Amino acid sequence: MLARGPLIFPYDRAMNEASRPALSNAPAARAARQALVVSALAKILPASCILYRGEETVPYECDALTAYRQLPLVVVIPESEAQVAAVLAACHALNVPVVARGAGTGLSGGALPHAMGVSLSLAKFHSIVNVDPVARTAVVQCGVRNLAISEAAAPYGLYYAPDPSSQIACTIGGNVAENSGGVHCLKYGLTLHNVLRVRGFTAQGEAVEFGSEAPDTAGLDLLPLVVGSEGMLAVIMEVTVKLLPRPVLARCIMASFGTVESAGAAVAAVIADGIIPAGLELMDKRMTAAAEDYVHAGYDLDAAAILLCESDGTPEEVEEEIRRAIDVLNANGATRIAISRDEQQRLQFWSGRKNAFPASGRMSPDYMCMDSTIPRKRLAEMLRIIGEMEGKYALRCVNVFHAGDGNLHPLILFDANDPDEMRRCELFGAEILETSIALGGTVTGEHGVGVEKLNSMCVQFSGAERAQMMAVKSAFDPAGLLNPGKVIPSLQRCAEYGKMHVHRGVLKFPDLPRF
Amino acid sequence: MGAAGAALERLRDRILAARDSRAALEIRGGGTKNFYGNVPRGEPLDVRELAGISSYEPTELVVTVLAGTPLVELESVLAERGQCLPFEPPHFGAVGTVGGMVAAGLAGPARASVGPLRDFVLGVTMLNGMGERLTFGGQVMKNVAGYDVSRLMAGSMGILGVICEVSLKVMPILPAYRTLCVEMDEAAALKQLNRWAGEGFPMSASAWHRGRLHLRLAGARAAVGRALTGAGGHELEPQAAAAWWSDVRDQRQEFFSLSDAQLERGECSWRLAVPDSAPPISLPGEQFIEWGGGQRWWRSAAPASQIRSAAERAGGHATLVRAADKRPGAFAALKPGSMIIHKRLKQSFDPAGIFNPGRLYPEL
Repeated sequence: MLARGPLIFPYDRAMNEASRPALSNAPAARAARQALVVSALAKILPASCILYRGEETVPYECDALTAYRQLPLVVVIPESEAQVAAVLAACHALNVPVVARGAGTGLSGGALPHAMGVSLSLAKFHSIVNVDPVARTAVVQCGVRNLAISEAAAPYGLYYAPDPSSQIACTIGGNVAENSGGVHCLKYGLTLHNVLRVRGFTAQGEAVEFGSEAPDTAGLDLLPLVVGSEGMLAVIMEVTVKLLPRPVLARCIMASFGTVESAGAAVAAVIADGIIPAGLELMDKRMTAAAEDYVHAGYDLDAAAILLCESDGTPEEVEEEIRRAIDVLNANGATRIAISRDEQQRLQFWSGRKNAFPASGRMSPDYMCMDSTIPRKRLAEMLRIIGEMEGKYALRCVNVFHAGDGNLHPLILFDANDPDEMRRCELFGAEILETSIALGGTVTGEHGVGVEKLNSMCVQFSGAERAQMMAVKSAFDPAGLLNPGKVIPSLQRCAEYGKMHVHRGVLKFPDLPRF
Repeated sequence: MGAAGAALERLRDRILAARDSRAALEIRGGGTKNFYGNVPRGEPLDVRELAGISSYEPTELVVTVLAGTPLVELESVLAERGQCLPFEPPHFGAVGTVGGMVAAGLAGPARASVGPLRDFVLGVTMLNGMGERLTFGGQVMKNVAGYDVSRLMAGSMGILGVICEVSLKVMPILPAYRTLCVEMDEAAALKQLNRWAGEGFPMSASAWHRGRLHLRLAGARAAVGRALTGAGGHELEPQAAAAWWSDVRDQRQEFFSLSDAQLERGECSWRLAVPDSAPPISLPGEQFIEWGGGQRWWRSAAPASQIRSAAERAGGHATLVRAADKRPGAFAALKPGSMIIHKRLKQSFDPAGIFNPGRLYPEL
């Protein structure tokens, strides 16, 4: 994610077109195509629901990964499911790509428009269909905001667990597309683990349903394929989510460590002791200083690293778990420990962590937020390697981790107005991702591949694996019209990226042992 | 990789030969779940040479294990470090393998409180029908790189490929487990189970049969102790309780035992998966309810159509688990739109149609 700045990454637009070379996006051809598509859509939608003139489509040119921008051919904002189905059928008949979009908060360019495609805004599907306190489920339309579900469930003492940082704005449809996480994943899981059923349309506009309010469905379990598929397999209209009883109490331990290694070891020791905290977050010294400066949370500025360890449940459970966790942290070299005495102080402990990104924004004109996962035990090693990379690329990096599940968010600080800093930042980011793979991890923990990490997918997966994924897409969408060009890089792209790596010597791990 | 690499090469040779001659292969581990699904056919393809734990790091909560490893062996290694497979997979005997566990996708009594097997699959290495070795997912908790093909393998009944190695999320064994038995009729039990689930009651498993509700509470000692005092009924001795729940898990309870004579008379064992808040289901025969109301076993001689439509009305589906005659199909029929996707997926992984043909559906 980029905070701001017109940074251009080597995302070749031609990639978007790979599946249909016959179409030209030269201005005249594009205008003719646009007229054709608009006239087909005008038979389905009122004129106010179709945007294509001049500036009308500009608000849709990117998601929260603002470095990538593309005006769509047309934007449609349907008001009924029948209209969505008809739009899909019409686009399918005309061989027009369709890119579904929710709130546009995605961090990897998953909702980046297609130059010759229709952006399908699902903003008008924002109703909570039903909250069932007995079954502990909510049925919501795709455009309902993540936090609105918990708000609707609150009167029953229930809530929806996944809490991505954008939860005020992001929609459940987008969460399903990205398999969004949050700070409580270790204990409560990702979106997949909290969604029971999704209903929507295929690329052809045919009704389709995955999962069930029952514990399982007959046949293959297609729900885990659809969740996290970044809008490439189906358009999701309605989601049934699982609601959990809201924990009676939550308390947070804030522990300081003299070295990053001892903080990393303490994380492992907490888990080894059989404790699954509700949240387990680590911030390095520079991040702590930036956050403290921003929110005055009372962080220990002498610590090399700070751990936030949260426990939730009944008062008995919390007391028992906090006591165990403190013993483990002390035994593993914590230099200072504070326990939140009330809800206000707990939120104060979290305030710096939750404001890590804006706090970093004050340190530098721009920052790039990376997202990868590594095995927990490699955290200290990864931090040391990132420290070395700071020297190599002459850029600073601050670090926040979802330490409990090994998910890193290094923030690389740079100035987008300096072309060489931009270039170094990009290489720095790529090396973090490729180091994550080499340490046994993955190039994206929760932000998705989108367009941002297409190159990294070439490193993480073999040609046969990418071909199999592409075949999975074809099983759902044989014409390849739903969000084409995202997530799975083409063979050609990977070949080019491979050549670049030999040339530049950036990629160190072309042939990872994979078994 | 060593021995596993050689075994993998041999499996690949068999797959390529089968592909070329379009011969069906029945992927096999310990054979403990032969009764499950439609009747297996094809030349057996034994994966048990692929055995052993590849890596286990208790502090990572991840174990990576070759598919032919016996499940009981894996569980004992985890137990030594105070960890477990929280979804409590059925064993059906000592020789069942980890690969078979994933392919069948079955979970035991704890399913309602911890989630299905697929939630604990982090990564899979497999051979597809072209003999290509493919790895999806990985060994970390949070991973959204590409489609989650590894979790598609859970419950796929081996129709997409040969599972060679899996990475699984493991969890600590909880500090306290205690079991209660309460007298309650079906309707009251279902209501009470729904209510408890909405209140954060530390319920780890439930089983209702013939007016008796068994409840297993698990979690922090103090929380379990407090919940126990409010629930009524009488408590089972720890050893008796553990044995009772493993008999449920492996279907050794008397309810599940169908003699050959009973099977010949047309009695079948059905598994109905329904929303746990579905009202009582009325069918001829006898019932055993698990998962807070989400899994309702029926021993019944009623026609398949009657049982399947009852499950469908309740918002779920019915699986014919044990029967002398599986012609009605082990699994509920798919909607046409879903079957098309199934066929294309099968085609993409296994174009020659060699893996476990018919085991899931005759068309696949």
